[in-house]
Amino acid sequence: MSTTVITSSAANGNVSAATAAAAARTADTGLKPVTFAKALNTAMADAMALDESVLVFGEDVGVLGGVFRITDGLTKRFGNDRCFDTPLAESGIVGMAIGMAMNDMRPVIEMQFDAFAYPAFEQIASHVAKMHNRTKGRMPLPMVIRIPYAGGVGGVEHHCDSSESYYAHTPGLKVFTPATVRDAYLMLREAIDSPDPVVFMEPKKLYWSKDQVDLEALRVSHETSAVPPTEGRAAIARPGTDATLIAYGPSVSTAMAAAEAAALEGRSLEVIDVRTIVPLDDATICESVRKTGRAVVIAEAPGFASVSSEIVARIQERCFHSLAAPVLRVTGFDTPFPAPKLEKYYLPSVDRILDAVDALQWEEGA
Amino acid sequence: MTNTEARDAMEHVSSKFGITPEDYMLPARSEIHMLDVNGKLHPSGQQGVEPGHEYPLPNPKALVDAYEQLVIGRRVNDQNSALVRQGRMAVYPSSHGQEACQVAAALCLDEGDWMFPTYRDSVAVMAKGVAPMEVMAGFQGDWHCGYDPKQYKVSAQATPLTTQLLHAVGVAHAAKLRGEDTVVIAMCGDGATSEGDFHEALNFAAVFNLPVIFFVQNNQYAISVPLSQQSVAPSLAHKAVGYGMAGERVDGNDLVALLAVLGRAVRLAREGNGPLLIEAHTYRMQAHTNADDSTRYREDAEVQSWIAKDPVTRMRTYLDEAGLLPEATVERITASAEAVAKTLRDGMNSEQVPDPADIFAYVYSSPTTQMTEQAALLADELAREEDTK
Repeated sequence: MSTTVITSSAANGNVSAATAAAAARTADTGLKPVTFAKALNTAMADAMALDESVLVFGEDVGVLGGVFRITDGLTKRFGNDRCFDTPLAESGIVGMAIGMAMNDMRPVIEMQFDAFAYPAFEQIASHVAKMHNRTKGRMPLPMVIRIPYAGGVGGVEHHCDSSESYYAHTPGLKVFTPATVRDAYLMLREAIDSPDPVVFMEPKKLYWSKDQVDLEALRVSHETSAVPPTEGRAAIARPGTDATLIAYGPSVSTAMAAAEAAALEGRSLEVIDVRTIVPLDDATICESVRKTGRAVVIAEAPGFASVSSEIVARIQERCFHSLAAPVLRVTGFDTPFPAPKLEKYYLPSVDRILDAVDALQWEEGA
Repeated sequence: MTNTEARDAMEHVSSKFGITPEDYMLPARSEIHMLDVNGKLHPSGQQGVEPGHEYPLPNPKALVDAYEQLVIGRRVNDQNSALVRQGRMAVYPSSHGQEACQVAAALCLDEGDWMFPTYRDSVAVMAKGVAPMEVMAGFQGDWHCGYDPKQYKVSAQATPLTTQLLHAVGVAHAAKLRGEDTVVIAMCGDGATSEGDFHEALNFAAVFNLPVIFFVQNNQYAISVPLSQQSVAPSLAHKAVGYGMAGERVDGNDLVALLAVLGRAVRLAREGNGPLLIEAHTYRMQAHTNADDSTRYREDAEVQSWIAKDPVTRMRTYLDEAGLLPEATVERITASAEAVAKTLRDGMNSEQVPDPADIFAYVYSSPTTQMTEQAALLADELAREEDTK
């Protein structure tokens, strides 16, 4: 089995190559391309227009519109009471959001970067996650904690962490992470509507990715429940028959690029986009693996004690007799996220995914 | 966008008192007290008369009503400690000695106002109106919080120190955005003032000019660590000025002074003058909990010195000498206290058996697939146990 057909940029998991591949898959619908960032921004604006209790706050989210401009224009449109800046204190932001949710608001708060959310960890783990349970459901906390996360943008230390496992490990939190422009809109709307608190993890390398999506049509579909919910439903991002790649958030585009490359060699890979880590869609994942008999789980986070290890364990528990090979993983190394010039060696790449696919004992299975 | 609201409010309120904003924010030169240790009313010239720190005496009816709650509070503490000793209750952090603070924290509020209590504030929670056995559910080990926070406008009693102060800020902020005049009392102890969330909560409340009363019961110890190890600020109330809010110190074993100081704080906050920090000096007469041994870190002489300042005795002496405690009133108050104690005894005697299925029932608004599977496993395990009985 050879992987020499892969271009060097795609082999490094290069973002633009992956995005280009994704764009090539999308049929031209005549719509203007929309960025992932715009989809998130519009989701918040639509939710705010519909429900006065939806509030947006955090650091620099007001006049500036957020360091990634995801909240751009919300203060101007809805006023400083609905979208506003707070003092620079993450525990304060989350703690105040809890109180607001206790008092019938629906806060959507921004943690500026993944690693900057850690000062708020006590509020998240001890209260956001547990208030509903503590009070036997009498005090629900409908709130969304938006966290730009993961690497691939050449960010410095504390700006590239894949922190999803911390939240996924804490019962009481829901953890969403979209991988497409369409899902960015729909999943954020769902998160804001949810009666449960949602940690909404936004892959920052996707902020400037584009797709031809009609956000107004999506708004109507969402508000008339014409689209099925994404919560607890993984998406089959690409159907295939020979092996299953399971990915989420920033890794989906890399998995798609790998499946594209494998197809050129005549190997049909199915790509599953997990979408909501909590609740996890065991059924879709297992149905795919039972069909293909082979699986690779891909994630940027260090593999040790992670979401990827959980997915592998669950496949092994549920699909053992359908497996033709051990389930493998392509993840970040068990090291801190490296400096910008080294991240290409760390991030799961198309090449590494194809190597893992090659290692799925095809000879015995043939 | 420059935020001038908080600053304008400070200018406004201090000019009303004819003093500078700095003088308004700084606590009075000494703690506010109205009753001396023998229950005698201080001469009016010593009751807090500095400009901006004047506190009129609460009316007699308010004082007698508060005394009733004080007697009930002491009875609740004693009854619960007895139940713990008898092994009928798992744990009870007693507020014995701090009942005046407990009662004043509840009585200073209007019906629509919120309270954010700590684990030691059960008496305050009951005084706010929560049914005694609903308060006790957590200490009995049935569930974490036994009452409906929304119904009573009392948050679940906080076990992690200080995190609740930020929730209080959020409740006040939401109410303010809706144009409601809700006031929130956010309670904590002296140890909690060292936590980062204390700083963040006070700062947020001040920046957003929110009607929150931060009420610190300084009972001198955080379990075993004395205040001198937490802070070397002139007083905890002086921390207020660092946030641009007003601070005040009050004798925490003087119910009259507490009612006056907290009552005015609530009034000022409701009028839109921003948050206040009130520090009450009091003493935890008993150990931290039944699992603690306070003789390891404090001298008996110190404990004895605080017995002389007991809040119940002082208040009773004052009211009695003022002719406000006729026999009938005393009997009525004793009867209410005994009724609450009986409710607690009876409640503890009727063993509640929590449903194991509840472990899964409230984690989310509806259980995940994974939880449903785990709940089925547990149900099956219990059914098999039942079969082998």
